[in-house]
Amino acid sequence: MHQVKVRSQQGFIPIPHVPIDAVSLSARTKTFKTRSIKKDSKLAGLYLAIQMTDLTTLEGSDSLQKIRGLCTKALSPVSHAFQLSLQQKRPELPPVPRVAAVCVYPNFVADAKCMLAGSGVKVASVASGFPAGQVPFAIKEADVKAAVLAGADEVDMVIDRGAFLSGKYQQVFDEIRGLKEICGDAHLKVILETGELGTYDNIRLASWLAMEAGADFIKTSTGKISQAATMESTLVMLEAIADFYRAYGKKVGMKPAGGIRTAKQAIQYLVMLRESLGSEWLNPDLFRFGASSLLNDLLRQIASQVLGHYADQDQFSMD
Amino acid sequence: MLTKNGEEQRSVQTTEALASDQRKQSSNKGQCSLDFAQDYAPALESTQMVSINSRYDLFINGKQQAPHSKSYFQSINPATGESLAEVAIADEQDVQLAVQSARNAYDKVWSKLSPAKRGRYIYRIARILQERAKEFAVLETLDGGKPIKEARDVDIPLAAAHFFYYAGWADKLEYAYPGKSVRSLGVCGQIIPWNFPLLMAAWKLAPALACGNTCVLKPAETTPLTALLLSEVLQEAELPPGVVNIITGTGETGSHLVEHKGLDKIAFTGSTEVGKAIARGLAPRGTKLSLELGGKSAHIVFKDAAIDQAVEGVINGIYFNQGHVCCAGSRLLLEESIAEPFIEKLKARMQNLRVGNPLDKNTDIGAINSKAQWERIQSLIKIGKQEPGNFFQLDTKLPEKGYFIAPCFFTDQSSSNSLSQVEVFGPVLSIMTFRTPAEAVVKANNTQYGLAAGIWSEKGSKIKDVASRLNAGVIWANTYNKFDPGAPFGGFKESGYGREGGLQGLHPYLEVVH
Repeated sequence: MHQVKVRSQQGFIPIPHVPIDAVSLSARTKTFKTRSIKKDSKLAGLYLAIQMTDLTTLEGSDSLQKIRGLCTKALSPVSHAFQLSLQQKRPELPPVPRVAAVCVYPNFVADAKCMLAGSGVKVASVASGFPAGQVPFAIKEADVKAAVLAGADEVDMVIDRGAFLSGKYQQVFDEIRGLKEICGDAHLKVILETGELGTYDNIRLASWLAMEAGADFIKTSTGKISQAATMESTLVMLEAIADFYRAYGKKVGMKPAGGIRTAKQAIQYLVMLRESLGSEWLNPDLFRFGASSLLNDLLRQIASQVLGHYADQDQFSMD
Repeated sequence: MLTKNGEEQRSVQTTEALASDQRKQSSNKGQCSLDFAQDYAPALESTQMVSINSRYDLFINGKQQAPHSKSYFQSINPATGESLAEVAIADEQDVQLAVQSARNAYDKVWSKLSPAKRGRYIYRIARILQERAKEFAVLETLDGGKPIKEARDVDIPLAAAHFFYYAGWADKLEYAYPGKSVRSLGVCGQIIPWNFPLLMAAWKLAPALACGNTCVLKPAETTPLTALLLSEVLQEAELPPGVVNIITGTGETGSHLVEHKGLDKIAFTGSTEVGKAIARGLAPRGTKLSLELGGKSAHIVFKDAAIDQAVEGVINGIYFNQGHVCCAGSRLLLEESIAEPFIEKLKARMQNLRVGNPLDKNTDIGAINSKAQWERIQSLIKIGKQEPGNFFQLDTKLPEKGYFIAPCFFTDQSSSNSLSQVEVFGPVLSIMTFRTPAEAVVKANNTQYGLAAGIWSEKGSKIKDVASRLNAGVIWANTYNKFDPGAPFGGFKESGYGREGGLQGLHPYLEVVH
């Protein structure tokens, strides 16, 4: 087996090759899907999933008003009337929480930051030549710098998959490390684009590479290719995070993104998180969902769980 | 939790830091009363679709009949210790009646039926089983203590699959033995165990019927109810009376059956001890015999394995169905260089095993099948603790009623330890190490049994080489406890002889004439 190692200021870092058995991996994810999460466990999962959501818009057509709409929704996901109806039914319930962050292109960071100031909702920005990462490193640096200067709390960068697949691990490592430095206090999420890596072994290798390079979070996908987050690829990454924690005592976060549209899926991911990394990871500092349409389904399920019937589609903002 | 060794103590702490305490009861999220880290809310399967009679009689000649013995025993729900129903005890005369009815059915009806028509009945049984799957699953869980998710996802679907599979063979037997002709044996006595009650009934009945035999089936004493419910299915399928007879009772009933001179074939699944006694009893007679007995199967993990998946495989191998599995991977052989991190991962993974009410859809490990088995496992654990080695058991709250044992394992074991030799038939794993593939093979084979084995490695050539040197009837590579009606199952050495499943599973129920 070809031994992968990368050079850093501290010397050589070996990147272990950890083989993954795809059949057993998939069987394991099925056990999470068959957990029956009911009643207050379900409600707790729905609330938590909202708190973990990075409400995302990453379209070429994004405009200031679109971003304003998204931020407004981030600040108040449900109407006052809806909140009241929940509280009438279950007075002891906490109010419907806010999402963790909004995730936008660098152009909109300043506006989002302004709208969300003081709310606790963070602003995340994709950067580094998102989504392909096929631009010169200097441009990636400038991209990240711009996002951070505009006030981004979190930066979602992409790795250069072409470099990774052609074995240029050093380049991938150096780029992550370089961008991490530019981030300063901003948290760095490293997008592996698992759908382009081809094998679970590669996903595992890329996860470790990113964590060694300083990733605060590792993230599955850009959402820009058809194969986005899957339970399987996420589990490979969760297991890498567990091993990294065992080796270094450092907790790295996880963000599956793309393709998670329903509350049912979100709860299956939370079950997987709970039963792989444990309850210490069950918070927005260490787990996020990258999603745009998930929030409304979570709200609909909360309505059904508390009020006993599904809410009208139009009860929740489509922004 | 490990007691003897300081280093082990440290690794437990790391494990617990990672897995955290999954079972905490109170919220730690301040104002929020909702906490996903709390134990999952109970998700109990409804028992409404099952109606359990207060009393069950014998199923002889197509109808329910009170036993000649007039005596009954209680079938207990091991998760509560409460009685579910009283079940007839068949005595010698009842056995005689059942065998006679099977003989009549064989002579007058079943052996004269065209193979395609035989197949049609078996297909019908399979379909009805599928339709009533939920009912069977719930009853299996109530009577035997296994988690509802296993009864629902494994036992019942596989039982139906076996009937479907052998239904297909009924009119194709000539293709199974090209150039030869085969004939049925006659009346089969079949004794099945309590670990997979309905599934074992299917394993026995489906090939026997497909080959044209008639049967007297004796379910295990602690788990008779699904076999008795199956008798309703047989009636619904309009199977001719006497083709299948189901007689319940204790071990004595089983003895009467195997001693009956009117049987052409005996099939037994159960302990090696009883299997030996049956074989001795049958020695002077020509009665055909197949035995599926105990095991102490080795699960070998090489350092080049997919480790996280191997941990899953090991968990599934030993803790599936509370370890009440004849082919359970009850000896774990770890390559010494990965033993320590592997055991740490195993402990972390075990924190997420949920032991409790078998009817809860989230329960992973249910109740031990009976009080007697519970006592046997406890006494073996006690013996294990007295011998050299370290002990680890999941620290979890067990239900107050019923028979439960938290999953556990012994480390630093050698082939000389009792728990590396004795079949526990419970959630108890014995872990030892090896240095080379050759040593792994020697240790794996160093047992009186030879039922199954598992190999974990990402190197195909190593898997094939090791597999070819293991004395085991079933060898899984990079998986464990995978069953399919098309795959033959059976053992070497004291694990028995004869195969069940697949084309090979026809052979114990046929005579190849020429």
